[in-house]
Amino acid sequence: MEQTDRNSRLLRWGIVAAAVVMIGVGLWNGENRIVLAKAVQICLECIGIG
Amino acid sequence: MDKRKWIQALFAFTTNSNVQGFFSGKIYRGKLKNVCVPGLNCYSCPGALGACPIGAMQAVEGSTRYGVSMYVLGFLVFVGILLGRFVCGWLCPFGWIQELLYRIPSPKRKVPKRVNNVLKWLKYGILLVFVILLPILTVNEFGLSTPYFCKYICPAGTLEGGVPLLLANKPLRSAVGLLFTWKMAILIAVIVASILIFRPFCRYLCPLGAFYSLFNPISFYRYSVDQTKCTRCGRCAKACKMDIDVFQTPNALECIRCGECVKACPEQAISCGFGKEKPRQTKRVQSE
Repeated sequence: MEQTDRNSRLLRWGIVAAAVVMIGVGLWNGENRIVLAKAVQICLECIGIG
Repeated sequence: MDKRKWIQALFAFTTNSNVQGFFSGKIYRGKLKNVCVPGLNCYSCPGALGACPIGAMQAVEGSTRYGVSMYVLGFLVFVGILLGRFVCGWLCPFGWIQELLYRIPSPKRKVPKRVNNVLKWLKYGILLVFVILLPILTVNEFGLSTPYFCKYICPAGTLEGGVPLLLANKPLRSAVGLLFTWKMAILIAVIVASILIFRPFCRYLCPLGAFYSLFNPISFYRYSVDQTKCTRCGRCAKACKMDIDVFQTPNALECIRCGECVKACPEQAISCGFGKEKPRQTKRVQSE
């Protein structure tokens, strides 16, 4: 049982680490700029016009 | 009003606090929009201060340089592993709106279990097809594609962005066409369904809820049932508006962590919090 708990904890922290790496890679690639560029314009598709 | 309702309201208002946008018919254009909010909140809502993760995901996928967005996916995985669908129950403005609609006095309907068990998979299909596959696979000659979920399905965009912008922004009104009629029809259907059924959009259509649900069984924030206290009376299942047998599967994919089961348990056998390590208790009940 303790082994299972330990594996669960390891899995969770492993996923946290993977998520942080992904965010870092995305920032490195400048994906946040695409997000910003899209989010600061009225998205005509989103509101049902475009 | 309980703590959850306050937090839902506070989060919705805080993340949509660009109040002047509602009067001017313009949206916030500051740098905060580099960052996604955890819930479904259209970035074309005049009040929105952050980016919608589902919209942002499609925006990056549909741009010329990228496939799947590491930035947005990483954010969603991070929030998912930390909180799972706690986001749906506590932090999502569109979930809160549906709950407010459900409080309108009317005869309430319970979706038959067999129908519910089929329809609940629809949101995973929407996530896969409309949010991931179509924006990646259907790029035009310029390498750009459409945010299919936002364009053809999302009622949050119509309600939070479309309606207030069209009310306040005259030039936009002249551009209204068939697509807006379609999206209004979806919005009206979701509103009517939300008055009768608890959170129909979250249950059957929301791709964000579908994504977070995958983390419910393993997230840091989790529920556990103390089997030494549980009498299997079923009051938790009866109290659950998402129709989960909590004493059997406290970390079910559909659980939005609203906490009604915790309140309903006469034995205080259900607890929730970060790092609850008792999956073996659940397994034992399931194997019985």
